[in-house]
Amino acid sequence: MDHLDQLEAQSIYIFREAFARLKKIALLWSLGKDSNVMIWLARKAFFGRMPFPALHVDTGKKFAEMYRFRDHYGKEWDLDLRVEPCPPIDAVDPTLPPAARSAARKTEGLKMALGKYGFDGLIAGIRRDEEATRAKERVFSPRGLEGNWDVRDQPPEFWDHFNASPPQGAHLRIHPILHWTEADIWAYTKRENIPIIPLYLSQNGKRYRSLGDQDITNPVHSTASSIDEILIELEQTKVPERAGRALDHETEDAFERLRVAGYL
Amino acid sequence: MNMIVTPTSPATPNGTTRPQVRIVIVGHVDHGKSTLVGRLLHETGSLPDGKLEMLKAVSARRGMPFEWSFLLDALQTERDQGITIDTTQIRFRTNSRDIVLIDAPGHAEFLRNMITGASQADGAVLIIDALEGVRDQTRRHGYLLHLLGVKQVAVVVNKMDRVDFSADRFKAISDEISAHLNGLGVKPTAVIPISARDGDGVAERTDRIGWYEGPTVVEALDRLEPARPLEALALRLPVQAIYKFDDRRIVAGRIESGSLVAGDEIVIMPAGKIAKIKTVESWPVTPVAGRQGAGRSVGITLDRELFIERGDIIAHAGTAPRETRRLRARIFWLHDKPLAKGDQLLVRCGPKESRATVVAIEKAVDPGELSSSENKAIGRNHVGEIDISLSNPIATDPYTENPRTGRLVIEVSGRIAGGGLVLSVDAGQRAVPVDIVPVESALRPDERSARYQHNGAVVWLTGLPASGKSTLAKALERRLFTNGGSPILLDGDTLRAGLNSDLGFTATDRSENIRRLAEVATHLARNGHIAIVAAVSPAREDRATARRIADTAFREIHVATPAGVCEERDPKGHYKKARAGALASFTGIGNDYEKPEAAELVIDTSKRTVAEAADEIEQMLKTTGVLFDELVDLAANI
Repeated sequence: MDHLDQLEAQSIYIFREAFARLKKIALLWSLGKDSNVMIWLARKAFFGRMPFPALHVDTGKKFAEMYRFRDHYGKEWDLDLRVEPCPPIDAVDPTLPPAARSAARKTEGLKMALGKYGFDGLIAGIRRDEEATRAKERVFSPRGLEGNWDVRDQPPEFWDHFNASPPQGAHLRIHPILHWTEADIWAYTKRENIPIIPLYLSQNGKRYRSLGDQDITNPVHSTASSIDEILIELEQTKVPERAGRALDHETEDAFERLRVAGYL
Repeated sequence: MNMIVTPTSPATPNGTTRPQVRIVIVGHVDHGKSTLVGRLLHETGSLPDGKLEMLKAVSARRGMPFEWSFLLDALQTERDQGITIDTTQIRFRTNSRDIVLIDAPGHAEFLRNMITGASQADGAVLIIDALEGVRDQTRRHGYLLHLLGVKQVAVVVNKMDRVDFSADRFKAISDEISAHLNGLGVKPTAVIPISARDGDGVAERTDRIGWYEGPTVVEALDRLEPARPLEALALRLPVQAIYKFDDRRIVAGRIESGSLVAGDEIVIMPAGKIAKIKTVESWPVTPVAGRQGAGRSVGITLDRELFIERGDIIAHAGTAPRETRRLRARIFWLHDKPLAKGDQLLVRCGPKESRATVVAIEKAVDPGELSSSENKAIGRNHVGEIDISLSNPIATDPYTENPRTGRLVIEVSGRIAGGGLVLSVDAGQRAVPVDIVPVESALRPDERSARYQHNGAVVWLTGLPASGKSTLAKALERRLFTNGGSPILLDGDTLRAGLNSDLGFTATDRSENIRRLAEVATHLARNGHIAIVAAVSPAREDRATARRIADTAFREIHVATPAGVCEERDPKGHYKKARAGALASFTGIGNDYEKPEAAELVIDTSKRTVAEAADEIEQMLKTTGVLFDELVDLAANI
């Protein structure tokens, strides 16, 4: 078994645990490279078709290429796709800096979707190497009744035994690719020939490393126009993956405040 | 914001071919873990551009001197409290290894986080302050590394600058910690004097530690070996789930040890059923040929329909794990309330779960104390050895024979409260029938159902004595037979006269009585007959067992005739005898009958005739797919 085989086997194990131990789960599909790998892994875990919904909490501000991707592969992969809108920006905490406030809309949209469907588990494609606060996450991560994350009181989690009993009305976040890195995602995408949105590849000297809303995501300078070239670039770079995400840099703790409130 | 990415140069060897080793850094609070991590990242050139400058600027803005540990303290809460509260994972490279560094908190308050971090590690660095020496949390972490199965441990003696780089001080600490770890069966791979703040001993042997001849921290990390999958051990495939998404019935799980290939003879524990692997299923290409080894998440199909459930363990005949209802374990305890004899728990062994009772507590100690005093209960953050009695049999191995399946976790109120190693298991009551190979019927199920106009089923009538179970069972038998079906009556009392004549009326014997009834009935149902079971079967758990055995063929009918009516009927005179005290263990006059909560049908025979009741049963069997609808529908369509 090589490195990617090991990552894949671990993720499949997590998917099957979530499906076995929770009543009503959904996968959060942001349309980005990480959640596309997740869907692929779910299809591997369940032998072809993902047996729970793909939930897209739509800010309405994604790139056109992303919407096209969603509509095409939602059908081709036979997904039970649920698109849920976010509330208007006025409904969101005005004390947050602009980009964080915009991202917080998504958290509100997520809460509304949770209330609508009553999911007890949401599968999210966050990774430990992305961002320091995400490094502290559990694989099965309990959320409070308000969808909030209590970083100070996380249950122990070891030997692939997960805490799968959220209190009544609360839900769990499940993180099947928490142990993957950005380079792992690309190497696996290439090996498995998983479709990607072309915005990740260089055009006119720039590409997106991470795709969020149009107004708060910026491309990085790059000449990488294939996955192989992206992998070489990642070997060299010391620029963090989310450098193009404006919300990470507004204040020291903006990201943590968002996560405590229930952001991914 | 636009960031400049360094122009590409010839590719270095790609990350997937270098061994990846996961390291945890543990030790007493404030002995310098975060500082060492910050320094390691700097020395190995692993910091993102701008990170160091950003943190230096933050420090200046807050009027504090820069500390290496700030690199990890990305959370506001940490900076406020000055302690690392959770595990963080950081990646960097040594000459020949990709290191994933898990920084685990040293504060006793966060032992659960230390365990969460350390349980994922292939190796550990145990850090000790040269001035303070070995402290309680140093010892506790050493003990937990042993319990978590982390065998490669490097010790670093930090803050050597605070003891003027004294070789004598270093030797005293080195001797003390080596003795402690050796006592636990852990041999340190190196003991290294360092100053994480100044850099001595981290990547370089500086003049100030010129007397030291061993490896630096970076060199010691470079020598660690990644965990190897346990392919050389006996096959253990714990079942996570059975999937029936299409016409395949796939048994899914991760191979914890050993390997398997299509065609293998397997035994399913704890029941001991035998089968052959028909195919190994996958996606997008299926089936897959070739041997599948430890670490793989797989799906297999079998050559026969057997009842299998989540938590069963698939093994090879001859090397199966032991079935047990009782085991001894060495555990660590994280729950606020101490663990005491008699406590009821939930034990998980892989995907298998069972309710359990603590039968005895031995050797409860605080692993942080020098002289450990033994207690009757295991307190929070303490360790101990316990005997556990399990309400469901489980299949497991002692951890010395299989480190993956020989460990368990304990849950209290749905939250993980402890974990540990299986030291020994009591042999199960049942011998493993390794040389039994069931013979398949010559007839297919659909051949029989075409003749009988019904599918096989287990119709289970439960209720108080004299509630009317046997009367209803006989009426149903007659009616099904008249319609061309193949009903077979299994009466509890009748079977007690023969097959079950060795059983009495204790709870254990009653459970075994029900298990045998269910096995026989299920065998009949699999062969297309409708087995009608009439048995008091008062225990809900026993009926749940019957339902598990018969699986989708099970139809439960609660004959809910009021107790007063039953006692008045008393055709066998049992109530009368029991009232006179001449019939011990009689269900009916006590409150020991546990009503079904989700029976397919409930019938009160005091309110309807036998024929009406039989109609209701027939209707239920039609709506639940046992009896085929009459052919009138077909005729109507002509």
